[in-house]
Amino acid sequence: MKKHLNGVKVPHHKGTSEKQIVWMDVPEKVTIPMSQQIGPPCEPLVAVGDEVKVGQKIGFADHPMSVPIHASVSGKVTAIEDFLTPMGAMTKAIIITADKLQEKDPAIAPPVVTDHASFVQAVRDSGLVGLGGASFPTFIKLNPKDLASVTTLVVNAAECEPFITADDRGMRELSDKLFVGIEAVRKYLELEQVIIGVEDNKPAAIAHLREKETDTLKVQSLRSRYPQGGEKVLIYETTGKVVGEGKLPADVGVIVMNVTSLITLGQYLLTGEPLTYRCVTVAGSAIANPQNVMVYLGTSYQDVIDFCGGFSQEPGAVFMGGPMMGICVYDLSFPVLKNNNAIVALSKKDVVEDKESPCINCGRCISACPFNLMPTNIDRALAAGDVEMLKELKVNLCMECGSCAFVCPAKRQLVVSNKLAKKKLMNAGKR
Amino acid sequence: MDKLKVQVSPHIRSAVSTQKIMLMVLIALAPAGIAGIVIFGLRALLLMAVCVVACVFFEWLYCKLAKKEIPVGDLSAVVTGLLLAYNLPVGLPIWEAIVGCAFAIIVVKQLFGGIGKNFANPAITARIFLLAAFASEMTTWAAPRASLVANATDALTTATPLGMINEGLVEALPSYSQLFWGVTGGSLGETCVPALLIGGIFLIVMRVIQPTIPLVYIGGVAVFSLLFGQDPLYQVMSGGLLLGAFFMATDYVTSPATTKGKIIFALGCALLTSAIRCFGSYPEGVSFSILIMNIITPLIDRFCVTKPFGAIEPKEAAK
Repeated sequence: MKKHLNGVKVPHHKGTSEKQIVWMDVPEKVTIPMSQQIGPPCEPLVAVGDEVKVGQKIGFADHPMSVPIHASVSGKVTAIEDFLTPMGAMTKAIIITADKLQEKDPAIAPPVVTDHASFVQAVRDSGLVGLGGASFPTFIKLNPKDLASVTTLVVNAAECEPFITADDRGMRELSDKLFVGIEAVRKYLELEQVIIGVEDNKPAAIAHLREKETDTLKVQSLRSRYPQGGEKVLIYETTGKVVGEGKLPADVGVIVMNVTSLITLGQYLLTGEPLTYRCVTVAGSAIANPQNVMVYLGTSYQDVIDFCGGFSQEPGAVFMGGPMMGICVYDLSFPVLKNNNAIVALSKKDVVEDKESPCINCGRCISACPFNLMPTNIDRALAAGDVEMLKELKVNLCMECGSCAFVCPAKRQLVVSNKLAKKKLMNAGKR
Repeated sequence: MDKLKVQVSPHIRSAVSTQKIMLMVLIALAPAGIAGIVIFGLRALLLMAVCVVACVFFEWLYCKLAKKEIPVGDLSAVVTGLLLAYNLPVGLPIWEAIVGCAFAIIVVKQLFGGIGKNFANPAITARIFLLAAFASEMTTWAAPRASLVANATDALTTATPLGMINEGLVEALPSYSQLFWGVTGGSLGETCVPALLIGGIFLIVMRVIQPTIPLVYIGGVAVFSLLFGQDPLYQVMSGGLLLGAFFMATDYVTSPATTKGKIIFALGCALLTSAIRCFGSYPEGVSFSILIMNIITPLIDRFCVTKPFGAIEPKEAAK
C-alpha cells in the first residue's frame, strides 16, 4: 500500500447530490467580463448597440494564451463597462440585454477535427478553460511540449469541496457527453490510459461510470479527504507519480482535466456550441432551495439565488466556489463566470468570525498539509521577515487549499500568511 | 441587506479551539485529581483549588498591569494551576504553593510573552523552583489515608518509593498493587496509575495528543531501567513518570511539532529520567528531564523539518 498524502476531514454538506440539474430561465441581462482565464484579458469584439446571437464570439485577444469569450444570450449590447474581477484586477465587461429568443449564431457547426493540431484549435474555439475553478486555458494543457511522453489522462472528479455537487450530477446525467470528450482527448493525444478519480462520497456516480470501464479506462474511488482534487494530490493518489517543484503534470506524463470541462468539450465536439452555460451548485445555509442549476454565463448571483427561492436567512457571506477555497463576492450583481462551479451563501451565524490567538505549536497544520509544509513555521518566518527561511520552507509549493487554517485551534489566518510569504519571496526575487 | 463579508478562504473552520483543547486536558486530569483526594484526603482538594485560583488570578493581574488582553478564557492558566498542584506534596504550606503559581504564570509564562511563547512548561519549572526554594517542605510526603493501607502505621509522613530505593530501604517498598493504585507517598496527582492511564488514553482517543511522546518516553524509561539494572515495571509506575509523560511532556508549546522531533524529545526525556533516578543524588528526575528537553526543543525543531512533497533539495537544484 502506498502512503496517502495528508489532508483534512471536512464536512460534506452534499445535500444537493440527489437534485437533478434544472435549467434556469434566460435572465433580463448578462454581464460578461473580459477576463475569465489565467492569462491576458480579452478585448471586446462588439460595440454598444450591436445585436448578438448565442455562441457569437464577443471577446478575444491577440495573444498565444487567449481563449475566446462567447455571448451566452441573444440580444443587444447595451453597455461595456469597468468590472472588478474576483482577483482584484480591473477589466471590461460586456452587458447584453437579452431578447429571450436565444437565437443561435448561424456560424455554429460541429468542428472538423482530423488531427492533434485541429483538435487543439477546436478546443480553443470552444472557449474552454478549466471549469473546476482554475480557469487555465484547456487548449494549452492539451498541447504539451513533449506530446509523445504524455500517456495518461486523469479526470478530476474528486469534487472534494464541501457543498458542491455539480460534477457529481454531470457524471450521472451527462456521461455520454463526458465519454465523447474523454475519447477525443485520448484519440488525438494518443494516450494509453484514462483514470477517472472520484471521491468515495459519490457512490452513484462511481457505479454509473464503472459500467463503461475498460482495460484502459478506469474509475478510481478515492477516499474522501480534502483536498483530494488538488492537481498534484490527485495525480499522486491515482498514478503514484510525484509532480516535483516547478514541474507540470505533463512532465510526469499526465494531463489532468476537470470532469465538467470534458463534458463541455464533448458537447462542443458534437454540436459546435461553445461554452455559454454551465452547471452551478447553489447551496449553503442561507439558500432557501439549494439545487444544481444550469446557468447562462454572465447571469447575476442575485438572479440565480432568486431562482433558488432567494435567501432563507440573511446571508453573511457569499462565495464563488466552495467554502475551502472559494472567493468572497462583494456584491450580488456579480456574474457567473466560466470557472464558477458553485455559489455558496452562508447565513450570518455560519460565517467564521473567530479571532486569531497565539500559536500553541500543536503541529496540527503540519499534519494537515498535503504537501508536508510547515505552515506555522512559515507564519513565524513571515513575521520575522526571514526571506531565506521562507525559501527553505518551500512556501511556493503551497496551493492555498486551506487545510492548515481549517484545523488550526488558534484560528490563525495561515492561508493569508502563506499568500503574503509568497508575495514577499516574489518581491525579494525582483530586487 | 447588510454588506457581505469579504475574507480570505477557508470560510469554514474545524470546531477545535485552544479553549476546547484545554478543556479536554482538564477533563483528562480529573481522574487523577479525584484519586489524589481519595488517597490523601481533602487537603488535596484545597491545594488544587488554591493553585487554580492563584494561577488564574496572577494571569489576570499581570495582563491587567501590563495592559495586555486578558486571555483567562482560554483555560490555559487553569491547566497550569492544576498540573502544578498535582506536582506538589499534599502537605505543602499554602503560601508556598501560591509563590509557585506566581512563578509559573508571571516568570515562566507571561514574561516570555504569554501562551505559546513560554520556553518551558510553567508547572514543571515552578515545581523545580519550589524544590530549590523550599527543599524540606517539597520533600515531605504526606502518607496515604490509613484506611487505604493494609499494614498502616500512625505516621503522618512517609517516603516515596523512589526515595526508598535511593536510600536503599528496599524492605519497606510498597507492593506492586499499592504502587499501581497509588497508595504510596508522592505528589498529589502522580501516584494513581489507572487514573493517569484513563486520562492519558482519553487525550489520545480525543486526538488532543499524539501517542508518540508518552509511548516513547514510558517505553524508553522501561528499557533504560532494565539496562541500568532496575525493575522496569516498578520504575514505570513510580514517581511522576506517567503524569509527566501524558500531561507535561506533551505540552504543545514546549515539545517538538514533528513526529521525528517528538521521538528524539521523548527519548531524551527517558534517558535523563532513568539516569537521574539511577545515578543522580535526586531520587526522581522526571521534571528535570522534561525541563532540559523543553530547553532543547527549539534546536530539535530546527533540525526536524518535514520534506515537502515534490520539493527539490538545494543540492539537486544546483545540478
